[in-house]
Amino acid sequence: MLARTLGAATVALLLGGAAWAQDQSIIVQSTTSTANSGLYDYLLPIFQQDTGIQVNVVAVGTGQAIKNAENCDGDVLLVHAKPSEEAFVKAGFGTDRTDLMYNDFVIVGAGDDPAGVGGMTDVQAALGKIAEQGALFASRGDDSGTHKKEMALWKDSGVDPTTASGDWYRETGSGMGATLNAGIGMGAYVMTDRATWISFDNKQDYAIHVEGDEDMFNQYGVIPVNPEKCPSVNAEAARTFADWLISDKGQDTIAGFKIADQQLFFPNAPDN
Amino acid sequence: MQSIGDSLGLAFALVLSGDADLLEIVLLSLRVSLTATFVACVIGLPIGALVAIGRFRGRAFVLIVMNALMGLPPVVVGLLVYLHFSRSGPLGFLGLLYTPTAMIVAQTILIAPIVAALSRQVLEDLHTEYAEQFRSLCLTRLQTVRALLWDARYSLLTVGLAGFGRAVAEVGAVIIVGGNIDHLTRVMTTAIALETSKGDLALALALGIILLVIALGVNAAVQSVRMTAARYAYV
Repeated sequence: MLARTLGAATVALLLGGAAWAQDQSIIVQSTTSTANSGLYDYLLPIFQQDTGIQVNVVAVGTGQAIKNAENCDGDVLLVHAKPSEEAFVKAGFGTDRTDLMYNDFVIVGAGDDPAGVGGMTDVQAALGKIAEQGALFASRGDDSGTHKKEMALWKDSGVDPTTASGDWYRETGSGMGATLNAGIGMGAYVMTDRATWISFDNKQDYAIHVEGDEDMFNQYGVIPVNPEKCPSVNAEAARTFADWLISDKGQDTIAGFKIADQQLFFPNAPDN
Repeated sequence: MQSIGDSLGLAFALVLSGDADLLEIVLLSLRVSLTATFVACVIGLPIGALVAIGRFRGRAFVLIVMNALMGLPPVVVGLLVYLHFSRSGPLGFLGLLYTPTAMIVAQTILIAPIVAALSRQVLEDLHTEYAEQFRSLCLTRLQTVRALLWDARYSLLTVGLAGFGRAVAEVGAVIIVGGNIDHLTRVMTTAIALETSKGDLALALALGIILLVIALGVNAAVQSVRMTAARYAYV
């Protein structure tokens, strides 16, 4: 009798739990590069099937995503600017940060390659050459992860492009896709993440000129927003999402996302 | 300019295929912007009427402010609404950020000044015409406002349409407070912005063409109501 009651109670709990889980939803503050590539359209239905949790993605630049998460307007942060992410966790806004996946940055340019950087694998040298020639370069200029990475690379190459802002260095202040559209429109070089480039439809005569430098590594991290700072967050569902992404299933799903037979993101979460 | 032809074809194909995602986006666009227009009229028309018939100190200043607010930049309205509805903002406890309600609020703020300023002009002209008659009838202020609003109802429809046009076409406010979340807060303009950023210019333009046709449809519906009503009025 007792066993039966317990059994019924367990079933009721499980059913109740399942129904409760179905009503769950979280907001992920993320980057335009992941959203524009179509990764979420591929990944989220699989996650929802596994857990019943609905994920709503707000895709903005990394800078804005971090700011929004600091305002408690998201449950999970999934961006690519490691120093800023670590600062976010250190300030108590996130519980912890885990490496999730990477892709890499490339420099694309017009078919006639005005600065002659085609085939270069040393990104600092290539940037130096573009600056020296005064060839047009379109930058995000929006404090996004890609923009921060680009600024770090310029710094390493010993050039301060901002002194030429408005001259050959054009800061669009907009997202990756908008910057590509603008850059292609004016014949400028653009640094973009490979995922956005592969899935971008308005390439015209543009091609990848610089790639393969380890310094152009683009690491994504996932951070659940800290419920101690933001009591409104759905901490449990956020943790479930982060854990699923770094689980074998999540990592395999990321690796399985392809466009035109090319893998866009390479999972590299530490083994748990 | 090959892409415009492509886009026209794509727009037709999208509409004919009865794409469920497209329908969802179109319906949300209409729901948000029509609701915002309705609320803006409820707020804006009485204000416009009161200022139209009122004679008070600082009226000139009020007129300048009302007219200037017609030029509110959508992105600024979006930012202000975001700051209030953000979890860390004063209205954060409502949990309205990234919902259609937040988008309606933003668009209402954007177009209420347009409704108020334009209706003020319409009603003031009418009031000048009727002023003596109203005085001879000894109407109260409320009666005057009601008579004016009723008599100018067809011109005010156009005022409402101006507001709706602004609301349904703006992207700056709804993308900040709505977040362009798929199946939740994605509307026509934010979808167009998204496809543009993905470099799918043909699809973006196709969506733009559909939006234009929807705006035409709403205007045609209002126009036919107006003509039908006018016909009955003169029978």
